[in-house]
Amino acid sequence: MISLKEKRWIPFLAVILGLVAGTLIVILSGRSPLIMFATFIKAGTGIDLLKGGTFNPRLVGEFLVTTMPILMGGLSISFAYRTGLFNIGAEGQIIAGGVAAIGAGFFIPIDNQFIHSTICVLAGCLAGALWGLIPGLLKARFNVHEVVVGIMLNYTAMYSANWLYKQMPLNQMTRTENVPVSATLNVDFLRQLTNNSRLHLGFIHVIIALFLFWLIIEKTSFGYQLRATGFNKEGARFAGIKVKRNLVYSLMIAGAFAGLGGALLTLGTYGYGRVITAFDNVGFDGISVALVGGCTMLGNLFAGLLFGLMKVAQPALQIASIPKEIGDIISSLIVLLVALQYAIVLYRNKIRDWFKKARGQK
Amino acid sequence: MKKLLIRLLTISLVAFTLAGCNSGSTSTSGSGDGTGSACPIRVGFVTDVGGVDDKSFNQSAWEGINRYAEEQGWDADACLKVIQSSSDADYIPNLTSMAEDGFDLVIAVGYLFEASLNEVAPLFPDTKFFVVDTVVSQPNVVSATFAAEQGSFLVGVAAGLRAKAEGWDKVGFLGGVEGELIGAFQAGYEQGVWAVYPEAEIVVDYADAFNMPEVGKNIAVKQFDSGVHIIYQAAGSSGNGAISEAKERGSDYYVIGVDKDQYHDGDMADGSSVILTSMVKRVDVATYTVTKDVHQGTYAGGSVMVFNINNEGVGAETSTGRNLSDIEIETILEYNNKVVAGEIEVSPTPVIPNGQSGTYSSTH
Amino acid sequence: METVIEMKGITKQFPGILANDSIDLEVTKGSIHALLGENGAGKSTLMSILFGLIQPDSGNIKINGQEVKITDPNVATRLGIGMVHQHFKLVHNFTVTQNIILGAEPCKQFGIVDLKQGTKKIRELCKSFHLEVDPEALIEDISVGQQQRTEILKMLYREAEILVFDEPTAVLTPQEVEDLMKILRSLAASGKTVVLITHKLKEIKAVADVVTILRRGKVEGTYKVSEINEKEMAAKMVGRQVQFAAHKKAQKAGDTILQVENLTVLDGRGIERVKGISFDLHKGEILGIAGIDGNGQDELVYAITGLLPVKSGRILLNGEDITELPVKNRFEAGLGHVPSDRHRHGLILDFLLKENFIIHAYNSDFAKHGLLDEATINQKADQLIEEFDVRASLGRQTITRNMSGGNQQKAIVAREIDRSPELLIIVQPTRGLDVGAIEYIHSRILEQRENQKAILLVSFELDEILALCDRILVMANGEISGEKKASQTDEKQLGLLMLGHKSGETYDQP
Repeated sequence: MISLKEKRWIPFLAVILGLVAGTLIVILSGRSPLIMFATFIKAGTGIDLLKGGTFNPRLVGEFLVTTMPILMGGLSISFAYRTGLFNIGAEGQIIAGGVAAIGAGFFIPIDNQFIHSTICVLAGCLAGALWGLIPGLLKARFNVHEVVVGIMLNYTAMYSANWLYKQMPLNQMTRTENVPVSATLNVDFLRQLTNNSRLHLGFIHVIIALFLFWLIIEKTSFGYQLRATGFNKEGARFAGIKVKRNLVYSLMIAGAFAGLGGALLTLGTYGYGRVITAFDNVGFDGISVALVGGCTMLGNLFAGLLFGLMKVAQPALQIASIPKEIGDIISSLIVLLVALQYAIVLYRNKIRDWFKKARGQK
Repeated sequence: MKKLLIRLLTISLVAFTLAGCNSGSTSTSGSGDGTGSACPIRVGFVTDVGGVDDKSFNQSAWEGINRYAEEQGWDADACLKVIQSSSDADYIPNLTSMAEDGFDLVIAVGYLFEASLNEVAPLFPDTKFFVVDTVVSQPNVVSATFAAEQGSFLVGVAAGLRAKAEGWDKVGFLGGVEGELIGAFQAGYEQGVWAVYPEAEIVVDYADAFNMPEVGKNIAVKQFDSGVHIIYQAAGSSGNGAISEAKERGSDYYVIGVDKDQYHDGDMADGSSVILTSMVKRVDVATYTVTKDVHQGTYAGGSVMVFNINNEGVGAETSTGRNLSDIEIETILEYNNKVVAGEIEVSPTPVIPNGQSGTYSSTH
Repeated sequence: METVIEMKGITKQFPGILANDSIDLEVTKGSIHALLGENGAGKSTLMSILFGLIQPDSGNIKINGQEVKITDPNVATRLGIGMVHQHFKLVHNFTVTQNIILGAEPCKQFGIVDLKQGTKKIRELCKSFHLEVDPEALIEDISVGQQQRTEILKMLYREAEILVFDEPTAVLTPQEVEDLMKILRSLAASGKTVVLITHKLKEIKAVADVVTILRRGKVEGTYKVSEINEKEMAAKMVGRQVQFAAHKKAQKAGDTILQVENLTVLDGRGIERVKGISFDLHKGEILGIAGIDGNGQDELVYAITGLLPVKSGRILLNGEDITELPVKNRFEAGLGHVPSDRHRHGLILDFLLKENFIIHAYNSDFAKHGLLDEATINQKADQLIEEFDVRASLGRQTITRNMSGGNQQKAIVAREIDRSPELLIIVQPTRGLDVGAIEYIHSRILEQRENQKAILLVSFELDEILALCDRILVMANGEISGEKKASQTDEKQLGLLMLGHKSGETYDQP
């Protein structure tokens, strides 16, 4: 058994071990690990230690821009997981949210950016929720596994979104025109503040989403029911909790979180809709975030920032002649180590016993 | 306790910084800060999702830059850097990173960069940019365009000649993403095939992506099964799927390469190749030229380099001793000269819709 | 008398608990030696050390006078030690013989298994130890008692001299228990040594020669069974005087609370498990449902609590038809349920203790505008912990999984009784609990009866049924095979009814 306390320190240990492994790989490939760490620090804080500590706020902005959708993916996976569901359909919900937000941007004519962008974001959440409703209903009604439905719906979402985008004002065959500025989350103030990064107002939505996640899961009686269902479905049913209804709600809310992530991508990062041929993997990254973050609000926040950093540092790594894959390797190792938590505890105990014996012999 | 911790942290940070600087200045690979010593200019290259080993477009561009660096005896590791984009979300940050890092020349290959470059270039007026396959009208951007329809016309002639001689009534076209750019490839091909073989039916399909070999392969299977023996692929690494399908089928199935000489990508065990010819688009010449211009101070911001059949920026690959017979090569050169002389004007507008097929008479 | 097992100074520390604290144990050859103690007293740890499943931190073991290191169960087997676990380790679609010889197959040439020889040897063993079991029957076709005999044969086949039984009677019917006792005696008579882990005092009295009592990881004492009575053993085991027989005051049953009419219920797989059952239950009455596990008791309870749909028939609570109501509404209509499987059904083990207390009322009493009201929840939790003596290391903030079984059960009982339901359905309330906890839970159940509540008690323990109930229904094969007043029946009669002999009536009472 792994105690709660251990569950908390394992991710930290995994991060450290992941970084150590990354360092070793960089050394083995003949590069300087110090440059790697300096690059990570630069990508995360904007402070370039290799250039005497110069500060570039654009990097911070880009860091946040990259992190936001991943973080929303993590929240979506986590929310469903707390109810005992594996929302692998987050990827599709993100796509659905993105296309709905862009659609609202083009077809709802409002000039006020605050009102228009809010409507677009809500449209994204709604679309994500509807995309989550489908596996929820199928699970509750016919006991179809949400993973199977989710995977299918990811593809359905991708191809449907491609078709829908092609019905909108097109710039090229692969993307739409830019949506009207009133629909986007971009404001000059943030641009100027961060040296022309793409930082957008989405961070406010993310903060609200984090708060709502925490409030619903930890503080409401609804969240209490969801957690009970997640820990022990039969136990919850015996206590009179309406398990099936909760499964549907849970996947809808998870879908709304993912849909928000999709809206932030299209309205914030891009400002247009993209016809894609392969998944962006934002939802799948979310699985890693949720796993490492232990499906809690704070855990997701930290894990999201970590994975965002590993992603956003890649161009800078390449400029420093360090293969960009090192970021992916470190992220993957961290996920692997967290998944191997039982092994970690086992080896820690063995090492502890060994030390004890060594001390005893003295 | 807390104070001690802060002090330790500060010390280690300082040590870290110093160590970083040290290793940066001593290592030959450069830390990204090496504006001095070995590098007269630093060139950054931002690829799309394909990467510099895509056996096509990006690779060709990268070869051009490296060739110039080699000629000049630069340390390529230190002076030339490449960033591969993971998705189109990366274009802007990647271009910006390079500009911020002080690269003298930042090269972006592909029309997909048009919007991003329009956004980034004005923010870094001192950085020189170069873009291929689209025109970005900014004072610090040089654009290069290729008359792809002209080169495609010549490989179309090759396909038409071979199909007619063998009695194959169909030829195929595999495009990357539908649009103006690849449309020109298709258009030139159509006109070339019909110039020598008007009865030929041309089958047109798009992979909707430049980076999905498996989709390209599926389309090749479909076309080959329907009686096509030659496919012209203008689909980036998606086209590699068609090449591998042709290899599996062996003799009598051909693919026409694109962007660079792809002959050896089609190598079979017996020493032959499935690549009939390639539509060579000298992206390497373009990147070589612009690197040279920046180095020698002749870079003219805002200008457009046009590469066409006249300046040998595009053409069909016609080495002897490969799959083309001498007569075929001769005929291709004849058509080449006709285009150069202006006797034949190749239109960049295709006539067969995606997913359909047609002959000259059915479309005119 | 020859000493066959000698364990000296055995100490084993687990994180946070000293499971065995320098335990000494001596067992003489040919005796039945009982190991008595509450849950967590260290019996199982000690025997796991003997069987090589766990390594002790210190101490040594002698078998037949030789000092040995038992590093794994294979070593134990070689030393002639065998163990019958509480949960049998049998392959269900193998025959008895195949199970017994598994891992020690007699072989002909070329490694071909000689089943015939195995069967022959097993028949001989059955005969010499009076073990009735068909060597050619499939495990899935034989009764639990016969499965246990198969496990015993497995040890005898491997020529074990020391046989350890871990709570062997927990799964048996009264008749099967008696048979087992006979088997144990014949094993001892033929010179085998038996170690019996149990917390049932009656069994020790019936069969054991010597008893070693463990409490909190320490040996409380070793006694000749003939020189100690049940009350003394219980006191040594718990560490205080124990009230034995539950004190049931005579009282008249009141109005009808629950009416079950012609109830037929299918299980999840569509098999008819409850076949047209009818009965009433009144205020101030405890109605017992006796029967062997799997004879429709679960389905009956699930139908009344709303967890399984009813095929036909009606259920009335206080005269109101609740046959179609959802679970939650039934709870609100005055139903309480202590389910048999406290881990899977009664509790959310990963919840904090306080969260488990509010599981029925999360949105009415303990929430305002949808937000959980922490202050009220904490207050209620503290009150129940205090009132029901629920022991948890971190109080209301303890993760339920980390509590002992007895305290988990107390928490469920506390939660259900505190809501003061008109009808309380209790299934197997004391399974796996020790004497102290059983005593406590029984007293709370009787208290509810005095408060004029109606109680439906389902249990496989006839002791419990006889001690607590006013009336007893015996279920066999989905039907009621008999109804008895508790004061006018005994274990033997009930045991026959449990086997489906409707002839319970024809049984002559002594």
